[in-house]
This record gives sequence, C-alpha cells and structure tokens, in this order.
Amino acid sequence: MNIRHLLTASAVALLAGIGAARAEGSITIGMQLEPPNLDPTGGAAEAIDSVVYANIFQGLTRFTSDGSVVANLADSWDISADGLVYTFQLHPGVTFHDGSAMDAEDVKFSLDRARAEGSTNAQKALFAEIADVTVVDPTTVRVTLAAPNGNLLFNLAWGDAVIVAPETADTNATNPIGTGPYTFVNWVQGDRINLARNEAYWGTAPALETASFRFISDPTAALAAVMAEDIDVFSGFPAPENLPQIAADPRFQVITGSTEGETILAMNNKLPPFDNAKVREAVSHAIDRQAIIDGAMFGYGTPIGTHFAPHNPAYVDLTAASGHDPELAKKLLAEAGLADGFTTTLKLPPPSYARRGGEIVAAQLAAVGIRTEIENLEWAQWLEQVFKARDFGLTIVSHTEPMDIGIYGNPDYYFQYDNQAFRDVMAKLTGTTDPAARTALLQEAQGIIAADHVNGYLFQLAALTVAKAGVRGLWANAPVAANDLSAISWAE
Amino acid sequence: MIGYALRRLASLIASLVVASLVIFTVIEIIPGDPAAYMLGMNAQPDTLAALRAELGLDMPKPQRYLTWVGGMLRGDFGISYTYRTPVSRMIADRLWVSLPLAIYALVLSTAIAFPAGIYAASRRGKMADVTVMGATQLGVAVPNFWFAMILVLVFAINLGWFSAGGFAGWDEGYWAVMRSLTLPALALALPQAAILTRVMRSSLLDMLGEDFIRTARAKGLSARQTLWRHALRNAMIPVLTILGLQFAFLLAGSIIIEQVFSLPGLGRLVFQAISARDLIVVESVVMLLVFAVITVNFAVDLAYALVDPRLRARR
Repeated sequence: MNIRHLLTASAVALLAGIGAARAEGSITIGMQLEPPNLDPTGGAAEAIDSVVYANIFQGLTRFTSDGSVVANLADSWDISADGLVYTFQLHPGVTFHDGSAMDAEDVKFSLDRARAEGSTNAQKALFAEIADVTVVDPTTVRVTLAAPNGNLLFNLAWGDAVIVAPETADTNATNPIGTGPYTFVNWVQGDRINLARNEAYWGTAPALETASFRFISDPTAALAAVMAEDIDVFSGFPAPENLPQIAADPRFQVITGSTEGETILAMNNKLPPFDNAKVREAVSHAIDRQAIIDGAMFGYGTPIGTHFAPHNPAYVDLTAASGHDPELAKKLLAEAGLADGFTTTLKLPPPSYARRGGEIVAAQLAAVGIRTEIENLEWAQWLEQVFKARDFGLTIVSHTEPMDIGIYGNPDYYFQYDNQAFRDVMAKLTGTTDPAARTALLQEAQGIIAADHVNGYLFQLAALTVAKAGVRGLWANAPVAANDLSAISWAE
Repeated sequence: MIGYALRRLASLIASLVVASLVIFTVIEIIPGDPAAYMLGMNAQPDTLAALRAELGLDMPKPQRYLTWVGGMLRGDFGISYTYRTPVSRMIADRLWVSLPLAIYALVLSTAIAFPAGIYAASRRGKMADVTVMGATQLGVAVPNFWFAMILVLVFAINLGWFSAGGFAGWDEGYWAVMRSLTLPALALALPQAAILTRVMRSSLLDMLGEDFIRTARAKGLSARQTLWRHALRNAMIPVLTILGLQFAFLLAGSIIIEQVFSLPGLGRLVFQAISARDLIVVESVVMLLVFAVITVNFAVDLAYALVDPRLRARR
C-alpha cells in the first residue's frame, strides 16, 4: 500500500500538471457506474470492461466498433478442415505492463484458468467446447475442441477471455497488468481511475498520453459535470431528456448509436396463462413499441421484433409480425378463453428503461384487459426472484451480452422457452463456420422465436455519448461495453 | 464524574453488542445473493458455488457472525466481496471524505448559527430578529439537495469557480480538497444552521426570563454582560444536544449530498454496497456509523456534565 501510494502520488502529481493545463494529450471520460474491481475474468459487471477492455487487457481476438471480430494478440490462425483444431500465431515481442514477456504459456494459462473447475469466470460457457490447449512454441498455441464451434473466434474476443499472466492473475482486481496500450496508474475509489500510455506498447502508439475515468451515478450530477466541462466525454449518458439541450450547445457533440442490449418484455413461458402461445401473441400485439421508446427513452432506441441486434448484418426486421393491434390482442385473448383478461405480476429492475417503460407497458396491457401488479425490485432481488426462482409473470430487462440468441436454447433459462426445433438450429449453428450458412441459420432462429412470441420484443437500447466538440474517434455503437482509448484524439 | 462516565460507558458497550446482532440479522435476511449479483445472468451453477466458497458464504450463519465480530475487535473488517480490497481500507478512504465534510459543514453551521442566534435573541422582537427568524424558516423548509443544485448551477456551471462534483483526493493537496468540499459543505450546513439558530435563540430567550438573570441585572450588569456571562453558558445544553445529533446526521446522512456532488463518501459506499449485496461492507459500515453515533452521544453526555456541574452528582 505504501509503495502504491508513493507511485500514486508521483503519477497524480504528473497528471495534475497536465490536467491543469487541459493539455490535449489527456481526456476525462465520465461513466455512470464504477467497476467493482478491474479483473474482467472474475465478474460480470459491464463497468469493468468499460475501463479495461482494449485499454489494459487484450485477448487473442477483439471486437471493433462495428461489432466485427479481428485479430489482436494473435496475428493469424489456421482452422483444421474438421473445425476442431485452431492454431494461433501470436504477435511476437509482446510484453505485459510489468515487463515480462507474453507468450504461448500465458495464453494456455489464461484459457485453462477460465475453463477450469472452480473457475469464477462469469462467462464460463464461452470456453465449454475447448478440450485442450497446447503450447507448440513460444508464439504458437493449439486449441483443440471437443466439437466444432463456429463461435470460437467471437468468444475469444470477449473481455472475459483476455490474456493474463500467471504471476499477476490474482491481483488484477486491484492492480491490473495486461498487454494493452494503457497502463493502470491509480484508483481514487468512488471517484476516478487514472490510466497512462504504455510507452512499451507492441502496437501503434495511441494519441492520448493519459486518461481518467470518472464515475458519476446521478443523472443530474452527470449533466452538471458535462455543462461545467469537468469531463470531456460521458459514455452511456444517463439523462436522455437533456440531450437536445446539449446538442444545441456548440461546445458539445451528441453521438447516438446502438448497443447489444435487446430490451424485452420477458414472459414466464411455463406459467399459465403465458404457456399458451395465443396469450403471448396477444401481449405482443398489445404493446406499442414506439410509444415506449418515446415515453421511456425520449425517442432513443430502435424497435426490434426478435432477439437480435439491428446493427448486425444478419438481423431480420420482424417488427411487423407483432405490430401494435389492441383489437387483435383482445381477439386472441378471447380465443384463449380469457375474454375478460387476467391479472399478472410485472417485476421491474432499477434501470429507467424498465421503471419508466414498465408504467407505459402496464397501461398498454390494461387497454386489452391484462391487469398488472407492478413490483419494483433492486438488481439483487431481481436476480433472486425473477432470474433464479422464476417467480414472475412479466418483467422488463435488457439483455446486453453480444449475440445472445443462444439463451433461447436453454429451457431452464428464466423465461423457460422449450422448443426442440430451435435447439436443433442452434446446434447446427455451433457446428457451422461458413459465414453465409451461419447468417441463414441465425435468421431462421430469429424467425422461430418471433413466430412463437416467446417474449415481447421492445427495442434495442441506444448508446448515448456526449462529448466536447473537439473529441474524435469515439465509438458510436457499443458492441461491447468498451471505451477504446487508442482511437481517441483531439481535433487540431 | 468518574462513576457517571463509567455508567455511560457500560451502556455504550451494551448498545454496541445489541446493534451488531440486529445489523447482522437484518442484513442476512434481505434476499439476494452477492455471488449471483457479481457473476450476472450467464453464470453457471458450479461457478456460483466456487465463488460462494471463495467468499466464505457457505459457512453457517452463527460462525460468520462470530468471525465478523471477532475480526472487528482485532480491527480486521474482512475483504469486500465485490471490490476485493480490505473493508477497513475502503472505510478509511471514505472516512477521509465524509469526516472532513461533516466537520467542515459543522464548523460552517456553528459559524453561522451562533452569531445569528445570539444576535436575534438580543434584538428580540425588533426588525433584525424578524429578519433572522424569517431566513431560518426558509432554511428549515428547503431541503439541502435543492440548495446543492442551486449552488452547482450558480457557482459551477455559470461562474465556473468550483467543479460540479467529484473529489480531487488528498494527493492533490489541501486546497484542492477544500475546493471539492466547499459547495457540499455549504449545502449541508445551511439547513443545519437554520435549525441551530432557532434553538440558540429560543434557549437564550428562555434563560433571559430566569430569576438569576434579573438578579444579575439588579447587581448592575448591563444587558450585554448578563447575556454573555450568565445566559449563554446555561443556554448551551439544548444547543449541544442538537449539535451532537447534527454531527451524527452529517456523518451518516449526507448520502443525498454525496450523490448530487458525486463525492466518494461513506453514505454512497453503503448505498453501492447494499445494491451489490456486498454484505460485509454494509455490515461493517453500518456498525461503524452506530459506533460513531453512540460515541458522539457519549461525548455529548460528558460535555453536559462539564457545562452543568449538577449532572456530575446525579446518579
């Protein structure tokens, strides 16, 4: 602690000098949530990735701003004809921030650690098909799969699959040591995390010398921090109602894009009357998506008709299949023997899309005779009651993991959708590596869940970024919760 | 005096033991699994079990209670579930924000309230008294977060004298900290000062009606001399009570102000820890706050005895 404080003090003194002059080699990025710790391999909190992904830690592959997967620590790879063996060529000469070399042994360690028994990796399923990881030589790693997995390169791009060193893996939570273009400087808990450029970085040196992430949870305080120019960028701006005011101010720019968050009105498919497809269809038609987007999100968000991100090339627009039609909804309810409607629970987690959206959904459902008892829950309660105990009728939640349509293949998942035909498509998808064939299968899967009206599909959560006018290189979309600093610079 | 102090000390310890039991029980009853919160929606059952074992959540509850209390007695508050850092260090870091803020606010509030209260009492019924009382009415009625927002609007956004929030950190130096804390301390102090002014004034006026004041006046002391030498000291008891309550409130209850100014204080730590079900942090911080409140009350009890010699003799 003492040594860290000493380092901290000198680094902060340095930062203070730079910050005071508002030099263009630094940037302050505001975020609503503070990460609990900085180890992306040991927790599901998105805020961890928001700070460390692509900045401190890197994986074999990575996501770019449009969601595509490209090479990162691995320069290239060969896939065997049967799709079972991946041979990765690592970038030579890469070092960790502590100066030690990053080689094939570290890759083997990282992947084995994530998939081991007793691992606390929040996305352990990403590594499920991996049977063996072998070091061929210091820059070559062979990953053998138990079954073909067309998703492997995509899975390895997640923040949960970054490469860490065995010596520092256990302390990454508080002192992250990775291979990325920025190194961790210090963390004023509750306020900010400071990063500095890694002068020994193996790739192209980024433009900014230093960066701080500041955590401001209150929407009003976030607006105040932007207006007072305390921060240069706010990613995931929590007060959409103030965006027109900011956009009209020449000092700032507002960037809107899309996230991976499919916001859905989830239905308990095993709980009567939602076990009846007609009732689920009635709920789908009772909902007016645009009214929810306008009312709850101040117009920011893209309507979706299935569980898939609209910015993905494989997306099919199925919104017409569940258009707003209260008369049809009433007719479907009557056909299901519920002409007088019914009463159910609507459990809402804390985010404003759920709380504000919930009120509007309740009113729309009431119009067709479905009465809801609204219950506001904290996240921990929601996980316990809705997600684990499945004690709910309806809930609103945003599924923020990228490409997560596979959750519909798990009959134990909280909305309890059980369809063998869908699982067959998913199994075929896992075994397919050809991009065109994968797109066709993904589109088939989207069609199945839309036709079954598994859930009410509301909208894709928007990525709202507010920045000073001179900031360049910010991601518009958020295919992964990341603030990729290496692309950011100030305009001349 | 010693016996009085010992009796107060015994009741202090008994309160702490009861408080620790109540806190532990209540917090353990709240539904929600810390491991599930940390690992999110895609976690597999074996991963959850592994994390629960790592955090010690699989131990029986009585054993966890004893481990917790035993640790605290040795000054070890355990390791935070979500932050993975020692709770004692987290509390210390936050205390270095909350404590200076509370003291700063208390100093501001007494600096405003004492002169205002004494002045109003000495000008009873006159224009000055009416003005001060009107201002305190406003101060009591308006919530502190509203003051906070007005202060941010004027001094941070329009004038740009202060930053709109955040905490510079002690590494940045004394002045940077003062700059970060001035607006929040002012927002906290104004309503407190209003209450304190009213208590000061009415307590003084009560005293000024007492027989001994008339005697003092009859002896030939001026109104001013009686006020300063005789009335003020006797009027301090209710004021001290309010001050003690206010300090406890400022330490534990500044959560909304911390939120408005995004200050990393104790209140926000508890708030975050509750939503993340970081039970060990919640339990330890609440226990610390209970300890602080009880100790402040203890100190106030002792201060009564110093101001009022009759209390020392009473059992």
